[in-house]
Amino acid sequence: MESVEYSPNTPLEYQSETGRLNILGFWIFLGAEIALFSTLFATYLVLVGRTAGGPGPEELFELSGVLIETFLLLTSSFTCGLAIHYMRNHSLKGLFLWLGITLALGLGFLGFEIYEFVHYIHEGAALTTSAYWSAFFVLVGTHGAHVTMGIAWIILILIQLKQRGLTPDTTRKVFISSLYWHFLDVVWIFIFTAVYLYGMVM
Amino acid sequence: MKLDEFFVTGDPLIYGADVSIALTLIGAIFALTYFKKWKWLWTEWLTTVDHKKLGIMYIIAAVLMLFRGGVDAMLMRAQLTVPDAGFLDANHYNEIFTTHGTIMIIFMAMPFLIGLINVVVPLQIGARDVAYPFLNAVSFWTFFMGAMLFNISFVIGGSPSAGWTSYVPLAGLELSPSVGQNYYLLGLQIAGIGTLLTGINFLVTILKMRVPSMKLMHMPMFTWSSLITMVIIIFAFPVLTVALALMTFDRLFGSHFFTMMDGGMPMLWANLFWIWGHPEVYIVILPAFGMFSEIISTFARKTLFGYKAMVYSMVVIAGLSFLVWVHHFFTMGAGGAVNSFFSITTMLIAVPTGVKIFNWLFTLYKGRIRFTTPMLWSLAFIPNFVIGGVTGVMLAMAAADYQYHNTYFLVAHFHYVLISGTVYACFAGLHFWYPKMFNHRLNERLGKWTFWIFVAGFNLCFFPMYFLGLAGMPRRVYTYGVADGWMSLNVLATMGGVLMGIGFLILVYNIYYSFRYSPRETTGDPWDARTLEWSTPAPVPHYNFAHLPEAKGHDAFWIMKQERKQGKTQEKKPYKPIHMPSYSGVPVVMSVFFFIAGFGMVFSWHWMSILGLIGVLATMVIRSFDYDKGFYVSVEEIEEDQKRTTL
Repeated sequence: MESVEYSPNTPLEYQSETGRLNILGFWIFLGAEIALFSTLFATYLVLVGRTAGGPGPEELFELSGVLIETFLLLTSSFTCGLAIHYMRNHSLKGLFLWLGITLALGLGFLGFEIYEFVHYIHEGAALTTSAYWSAFFVLVGTHGAHVTMGIAWIILILIQLKQRGLTPDTTRKVFISSLYWHFLDVVWIFIFTAVYLYGMVM
Repeated sequence: MKLDEFFVTGDPLIYGADVSIALTLIGAIFALTYFKKWKWLWTEWLTTVDHKKLGIMYIIAAVLMLFRGGVDAMLMRAQLTVPDAGFLDANHYNEIFTTHGTIMIIFMAMPFLIGLINVVVPLQIGARDVAYPFLNAVSFWTFFMGAMLFNISFVIGGSPSAGWTSYVPLAGLELSPSVGQNYYLLGLQIAGIGTLLTGINFLVTILKMRVPSMKLMHMPMFTWSSLITMVIIIFAFPVLTVALALMTFDRLFGSHFFTMMDGGMPMLWANLFWIWGHPEVYIVILPAFGMFSEIISTFARKTLFGYKAMVYSMVVIAGLSFLVWVHHFFTMGAGGAVNSFFSITTMLIAVPTGVKIFNWLFTLYKGRIRFTTPMLWSLAFIPNFVIGGVTGVMLAMAAADYQYHNTYFLVAHFHYVLISGTVYACFAGLHFWYPKMFNHRLNERLGKWTFWIFVAGFNLCFFPMYFLGLAGMPRRVYTYGVADGWMSLNVLATMGGVLMGIGFLILVYNIYYSFRYSPRETTGDPWDARTLEWSTPAPVPHYNFAHLPEAKGHDAFWIMKQERKQGKTQEKKPYKPIHMPSYSGVPVVMSVFFFIAGFGMVFSWHWMSILGLIGVLATMVIRSFDYDKGFYVSVEEIEEDQKRTTL
């Protein structure tokens, strides 16, 4: 019985009370996520160099793999933005296409990350090797777990889009998951800088 | 694993607990079946998303936990009354002070306050529910299951014994190989999810669900204190989440964050713990401040003195709360510069707190004071809290702290702030808002008996501890020798503890007595109070407000009553259907899966934890595909309610 008139410029996801509340709540949740990742970064930076005589990052990090991961994830953030652009233009097809590409890029990122982790473990640097590698795997792994969750989540939303089309509810879900996806991108930039670049020049 | 390793054996106290748990369970199942209440339990309570019912469940759980934590305290006092007592052995004593601290902070103080916030805040701001009613139920059930997981530790597998602060290396795998510490990690982790969600939920609720006419600077002080508390929760709890996860990795998967070997850093745990832990102290004190503000203003029959100063001082306290954590381990040896910095930030907190104390005193000044039970608790709070605060400033001086550190001086200090702050507030708030929840007041006579006995007992119990500390008695020792000369003060403390226990029992009896004999509420405003929650009829309809109220300034309901006295009448507006959320069984089922996953991780039964996590994810998927839009309360139902309540 909401009979409020919305201007045609108001995006669908903002046209319901639930939509506005959930989007705001999710922004605040991202604030909590920042606190969570900050703690992980602080832990990592405190434990840098504490390799207990085992291998260090400068021996194992390879620029090429990390650059590919970075490229894939940053591009996926861009395609995710395009998906929202098409959603705002009421193009379900464009939304599907670009979200699909986003997912593919995300999966590619995950593939390279898993390969990278397996490679390090083969080289003798695992979670249990030293404090440094514990911090590395938990920080980067938490980000990777978030990406995995994001992919699963977006797939669920795609199914709902297929069932229901563009409604205030489905667009809200797409928009919120896109906020999440961009956030993971931002976290990765910090990981790229504080973990990989810093690790290689150490 | 053998059965006698799984169940804790060999101690008559534990066998007694086993029997009482089994009897309680059988009794509850029998009663529910006999009175045919299973369906009622499920449809009215387990699946509810109503903030008032969730609040009541929070409070019931908190009172149960207060009993559990209180029994722990009694056992400790029994052991310490005389030198060389053999009532508890060292390990059992360690387990008891660990569970006492953890339960009282995490599973008693916070849920008690969050329960009152749940009941009161939406009513104070003229809202019909919280921003995310479903999440609110998830919050409650994850807290509840986390608490249950932590509590079963003492009959299954053994309790944690490394203190509520769980410092490593003591809490690490080498020195605490039993599963007890895992219970601590998983129980707090699961409950922590709920707390974070509460933080987000109530922040958005207070910001966005207020009646449009209520300005931020006209909000009731309890709502303000809750708002600031939620901000602290949102930034502090993720730190605990990470700290607990890292120790879990250390213990279950062999990582090296806090280990002595392979580059680990034990002091990192202490830092992370207290970066959460100190803000946590303010999470449990700010809502208490808010409640005292409401109660003092109501029973002094004056508007709160220095409203703006009250708000700003809470904001300052919240900011400073993140900058003082090192004062918990001045003796770590971080150096003069670091200790000085944290010493000064700690002392600074006394300034805004002092401002608040003076504001309460000036609110009382020239007020026409009514000495009701909630007011008595609030009045006792002021001097007792000042004692706790002043000794806190003594502890804040880093150099002097080397003398007080880890002695009973510290124990006395934090019990003075936590009991006279948080616990007094919980009792005051419970008596004050009880008629809003249960439609009758608690008996005033019994309430005053509780008050006098408990407050006398509290001071008798903890004041001597300052002197025990100065005489050198360290905290967390399970016994002492005759030659130490600590017996007489310990006897006094135990006597005080017994009085506190008696006070608690009178409160419990009062709940029963008032249920039977107190007259039922008719007006919804038994205290002649000031804020909007008292404008709702008795009993409060599930949609709270038939018409959204109007807030014209501070103490919105008081203004309404004044206008009514002047003969201004509200024109009767027609009712409109009210949109409300549907109940859902998903939160409780999801939390049961959390419990299963947690229990599996405690014992490293990975099949069980994976099963539990799959269950959690499955319930999330079910929720994602649920497009239930809630329902509308019909105009007829609203009219029916209004007829009944205006009689």
